[in-house]
Amino acid sequence: MRPVTRLHSRTAVLPDENIDTDRIIPARFLTTTTRTGLGKLCFHDWRYLPDGSDNPAFPLNRPEAKGCAIVVAGRNFGCGSSREHAPWALLDYGIHAVLCSEIADIFRNNALKNGLLAIVVSAAEHQWLLANPGIELSIDVQGQYVVLPDGGRIGFELEPFARHCLLEGVDQLGFLQQHADAITHYEQQEKAA
Amino acid sequence: MTAARTLFEKIWDAHVVAPESTDTPAILYVDLHLAHEVTSPQAFDELRSRGLKLRRPDRTLATLDHSTPTLPANADGTRPYANAEAQAQVAQLETNCREFGVELHGWDSAERGIVHVIGPELGATRPGMTIVCGDSHTSTHGAFGALAFGIGTTEVGHVMATQCLLQRKPKTLAIHVDGALPAGVGAKDLILHIIGTIGVDGGTGHVIEYRGAAIEKLSMEERMTVCNMSIEAGARAGLIAPDETTFAWLQGRPRVPQGDAWGRAVAQWRTLKTDDGAQYDREVRIDAGTVKPTVTYGTHPGMAIAMDAPVPAARNAMEQRALDYMQSRAGQPMQGSKVDVVFVGSCTNSRLSDLREAAGVLRGHRVAEGVRMLVVPGSEAVRRDAEAEGLHEVFRAAGAEWRVPGCSMCIAMNGDLAQPGQLVVSTSNRNFEGRQGKGARTVLASPATAAASAVAGVIADPREYLVEVAA
Repeated sequence: MRPVTRLHSRTAVLPDENIDTDRIIPARFLTTTTRTGLGKLCFHDWRYLPDGSDNPAFPLNRPEAKGCAIVVAGRNFGCGSSREHAPWALLDYGIHAVLCSEIADIFRNNALKNGLLAIVVSAAEHQWLLANPGIELSIDVQGQYVVLPDGGRIGFELEPFARHCLLEGVDQLGFLQQHADAITHYEQQEKAA
Repeated sequence: MTAARTLFEKIWDAHVVAPESTDTPAILYVDLHLAHEVTSPQAFDELRSRGLKLRRPDRTLATLDHSTPTLPANADGTRPYANAEAQAQVAQLETNCREFGVELHGWDSAERGIVHVIGPELGATRPGMTIVCGDSHTSTHGAFGALAFGIGTTEVGHVMATQCLLQRKPKTLAIHVDGALPAGVGAKDLILHIIGTIGVDGGTGHVIEYRGAAIEKLSMEERMTVCNMSIEAGARAGLIAPDETTFAWLQGRPRVPQGDAWGRAVAQWRTLKTDDGAQYDREVRIDAGTVKPTVTYGTHPGMAIAMDAPVPAARNAMEQRALDYMQSRAGQPMQGSKVDVVFVGSCTNSRLSDLREAAGVLRGHRVAEGVRMLVVPGSEAVRRDAEAEGLHEVFRAAGAEWRVPGCSMCIAMNGDLAQPGQLVVSTSNRNFEGRQGKGARTVLASPATAAASAVAGVIADPREYLVEVAA
């Protein structure tokens, strides 16, 4: 994973609550055996009309949403399945951060492991962000804050290890492998018990 | 003297390879890794690209379920896959399992089935274990007092390479279900009622322990139905303390300890239950006596009510959108809504007891004109048992289709799907927009409700049919 230290972008808003992983990428596309090229399938059944043209009612199809890498989404984004295809599709589509008052656990885990900033802000800040689409934000992973257009800041929590991995581009599997001796020790004890 | 601990804490503590600190999560050992064709190929590729082996093939078990057709093989032995990609995905898992030495319950296995059905059937799922799978319904195995949860594909790779995961300790939520479920009301009604009560995000960040008199009375199949849908409340996992019901269900299964070892295992499993005085982070109480046949009316499992209760008015534009999509009308009950398709199956409700429940309602009736009903057993073992007692004949006589095991219309990626606008009464676990086919409208329900609705042609109360049988 490449290091992710900061992200600067305008915001687009997807106000719906409980945007589930089937909406992010419908299950019928999960027959793929790779993790690449899923951006064109992202939000497929919401984003396209039956004839394959862009659905003008899908908020991210609006001209002002083009190029926005930060999405402010309604509460409980990413609920549903464990498919990592959801963050893979979002990243390939160009979305590098999701700001929300609550994000589903498995999605959040998967997102952070792929460098997609899944960031939880307070309910009040969330409401404000939802009400103000199209603003320029800077997300600072090191400082754990979002800089608003007026220079104000919104702080956020980030699990320290996930933050470390984002900043350093650290591979979590590599970290686990460094503990091979402890794992072997655990297995030996278990066997003896 | 050690402090009083919950069931979850006992399992967690026993699996910590390295404790968590401020800077790093705990390293948690995984006893059993279940795999299927959809979420594993990219993880196998990762191992391959790093030149890594699978650390513990003996703790890994794979099956084919999601992309597999549920129609029987063609005369020439080929399978009627939905498309070439689905076929290639299955072939990829076969190749990966051969290359990495993983036991695969593929087409030629008499034990193939939905991953969360076969784990328990084989006795691979046992109390006190940690179990993971690249599938959110891994919570099913919590019915046995195992800490079981879904993981993403990156984590699937972590487990393959190290048999461990990096995890922060979740919080605990006790759901006490007091009293007894009324006659004709089952585990599916209960879990839909619970999710309707605590919400689709009511369990986020938590491991749920279901407990109380009503839970203790549930059979193992019913406990699996309850734990299966923990993720639909956003929970990391769902757990039920192992008891005599658990031990009786497991005894004699292929992978449980045999002989003297069985007695020792049971003695150890008895110590797992939550200690008196142990504290949960949150607690919720549910009165089982108030639960009725329950269905969903919107586009997530938290939008659930008794089928005879009026659909609540939308409180915002999003809820209105959900009602519009479902064509549900505020103020009107779901009972009586016209049905197009009925699906009995999925890791939530495809076990023998579920099929018996549906057959009990269908026996002597016909599926209504214009309704298509699909019955998909959860595994080859379930299929054999059901056919041995003639349930397949009951389904066929009623006009339902009796299929080959698989996930089928629950996730609708194998070609089993509903058409746009069709209303599906489904025993599965998710009623998201398009889950069972683009534009399809899903109403989640119990096997009894699904069968009654198939006969009536509209969403119907199964108790009317059960009374008829009893009379």
